[in-house]
Amino acid sequence: MRLVILDDNDGVSEWAAKYIKKRILDFAPSADRYFVLGLPTGGTPLGTYKKLIEFYKKGELSFKYVKTFNMDEYVGLPRDHHESYHSFMFDNLFKHIDIDPKNVHILDGNAPDLQKECDEYEEKIKQAGGIELFVGGIGPDGHIAFNEPGSSLVSRTRIKTLAQDTIMANARFFGNDISKVPINALTVGVGTVMDSREVMILITGASKALALHMAIEEGVNHMWTVSAFQQHPRTIFVCDEDATLELKVKTVKYFKGLMYMNNKLVEGQ
Amino acid sequence: MNLIDHIFKTDGIESSLNDKNQSLKFLKNHLNNDFSNLLIQFTNCRLFHNNRIIKDDLWIRNGIIQNPRQIFFEEKTQADLQIDLNNLLISPGFIDVQLNGAFGRDFTIDSNIEECLSLISKGLLQYGVTSYCPTIISSDKSNYSELLPKIKNYLYSLKNSTNLSSTIVGLHLEGPFINKEKLGAHDINTLRTLENGIQALEDIYGMSLDELKEIISIITLAPELDPESKVVKKLTEKGIVVSLGHSSANLKEGEQAVINGASFITHLFNAMLPFHHRDPHLIGLLSNFNLESHIYYGVISDGIHTHPSAINIAYKSHPNGLVLVTDAMSAMGLEGGVHHIGNQKVQIVRDPESNKRCAYLEGTKTLCGSVATMDDCVRNLIVATECSLVEALKCATEHPAKLLGIYPMKAGSLNYDSKADFIIIDDCVNVKATFINGDLAWFSEDSISNFKFLAQNR
Repeated sequence: MRLVILDDNDGVSEWAAKYIKKRILDFAPSADRYFVLGLPTGGTPLGTYKKLIEFYKKGELSFKYVKTFNMDEYVGLPRDHHESYHSFMFDNLFKHIDIDPKNVHILDGNAPDLQKECDEYEEKIKQAGGIELFVGGIGPDGHIAFNEPGSSLVSRTRIKTLAQDTIMANARFFGNDISKVPINALTVGVGTVMDSREVMILITGASKALALHMAIEEGVNHMWTVSAFQQHPRTIFVCDEDATLELKVKTVKYFKGLMYMNNKLVEGQ
Repeated sequence: MNLIDHIFKTDGIESSLNDKNQSLKFLKNHLNNDFSNLLIQFTNCRLFHNNRIIKDDLWIRNGIIQNPRQIFFEEKTQADLQIDLNNLLISPGFIDVQLNGAFGRDFTIDSNIEECLSLISKGLLQYGVTSYCPTIISSDKSNYSELLPKIKNYLYSLKNSTNLSSTIVGLHLEGPFINKEKLGAHDINTLRTLENGIQALEDIYGMSLDELKEIISIITLAPELDPESKVVKKLTEKGIVVSLGHSSANLKEGEQAVINGASFITHLFNAMLPFHHRDPHLIGLLSNFNLESHIYYGVISDGIHTHPSAINIAYKSHPNGLVLVTDAMSAMGLEGGVHHIGNQKVQIVRDPESNKRCAYLEGTKTLCGSVATMDDCVRNLIVATECSLVEALKCATEHPAKLLGIYPMKAGSLNYDSKADFIIIDDCVNVKATFINGDLAWFSEDSISNFKFLAQNR
């Protein structure tokens, strides 16, 4: 496991975007060999997406041979609703880059048969050759995608009921009317993300400090689903200073001492 | 002009489309020259949309504004052609609901009305006007029976044609049921009363109400001629907008007409009694006192017809009702000299104070219609009221479209699924290009060379 500690949110965004760019460029994707990227929504990855768009506009990076799979989507929310994850991805990334819409995959929360939609999603990931790099964020309670506390750590893509905390936190996006917040979502499982060849988790801000502590300093625990990635052979946690507030000084010092190595991972980008 | 013809014929493929191989592929895929179903994405631009100016792309196909999310997530296709607008602004096209003529031609007296309409419809594109109401001022019965059937046939012949001209959204008949005390430039001998109610109107115009409805959007009348509002009621029930103007009505008479369906005031302040604190007359309608319905009012913001201070007072009291009209006459687009409006001689001179061109009845100081263009009016409104560009654009797009009942699908918006009549302007409202039904109808030579075209490699 790697822990990359940057000064602030901007630092995290830049480092993560550079890393994604380097992975894609090193992979040298082509018409018969696509790079498969897993993507999150939410406030944390916004800066990273902005950087990726910048790289694309400068001509440094193309998404022509990239396939994407998103983590989750609300159930029953119209696709064009401003809070849907379809809208989020379109507005904040896809419409700005050269990705072919045929290579974009987001779970359809309005599918007539939701379980079938989830099963087919797993199948599509398999057909794409599995996910090369899954980028994720986490909630303050350590949930990854919509794998709320208590989710099975070997779970697959499925329908999930949101935790009350998540619903309350989301009310601000729905005119502060809790009755308008969707209560169900489709989400990839912890097991689905575990199958990726590499996982990069972005964690920023003091409100996520406890979650980062539980993720890397305590044991694997299904009440903090992100802790499952301790057992993944290639996981990178990328965080800012604020997110380290609950970590032991020893932990922070150890990983900061490794920054010269970490920075080699994005060198020249 | 077909947009694709323009791209490929004016500059040559190499210079217009950045990559020669892509361009050739693109052309091969469209050898039959059917470009109407092309998916076009305007990018690196801003949109005036939903009361804001936002950084976003505009997608069109088949003359209709498209929902890019639907294209991305359902059709899963990319644009055939991208046009980089170098950060210019896209606005719905302007709508002028009061225009008497232009380029030396006058709707009321033209001997070849078909040619006149066709010429002006094309000429207005350069000012960003994509829809308008040709206005016919008070005339003799014989003139109406000469003009209206011809216009009816002309409009009918335009249906199903792919004519790249400003759309005629029905006529504006200004008079002859107006008050002789408030003539303006109308000929006093043509004026009529409404004593016989709707029959008087059908008789003079020489058409039944049902026939009129097909070609007419607005009728300006003086409400005091219709004291029980019988005519107002009948017209508005048929869907014709009744506009109050050329009138000595007091506020009560105005309110009575509004309660019965009138929804517009013709060139506010001009040809009506002035605001008085014990009886504000028609101007008092702006406060919406006693009224539930929404009233719109036309403002000629040519810098001459209405003092900026008066425009400002009107705008501040009722910003959502202001509709910019040019009320332009035949000399719009022409140089100084003597011209005709109705049967009158009109002189064009430059006003020494404001340095704006203005039109007087020859030998008098009676204003008789402006020579301002719509883009001018938008700029003048901003100067007069210090309103934002968004607010000013609304007065030339959304408000007139709502008044005519054609908002948002046919005009006045950039909403998805609505007709792709729009303009490309800079922040000073200089019109760079005008699109009708999603096709390039007019462009200024100097600006379109700044646009970058990119064909998708498909």
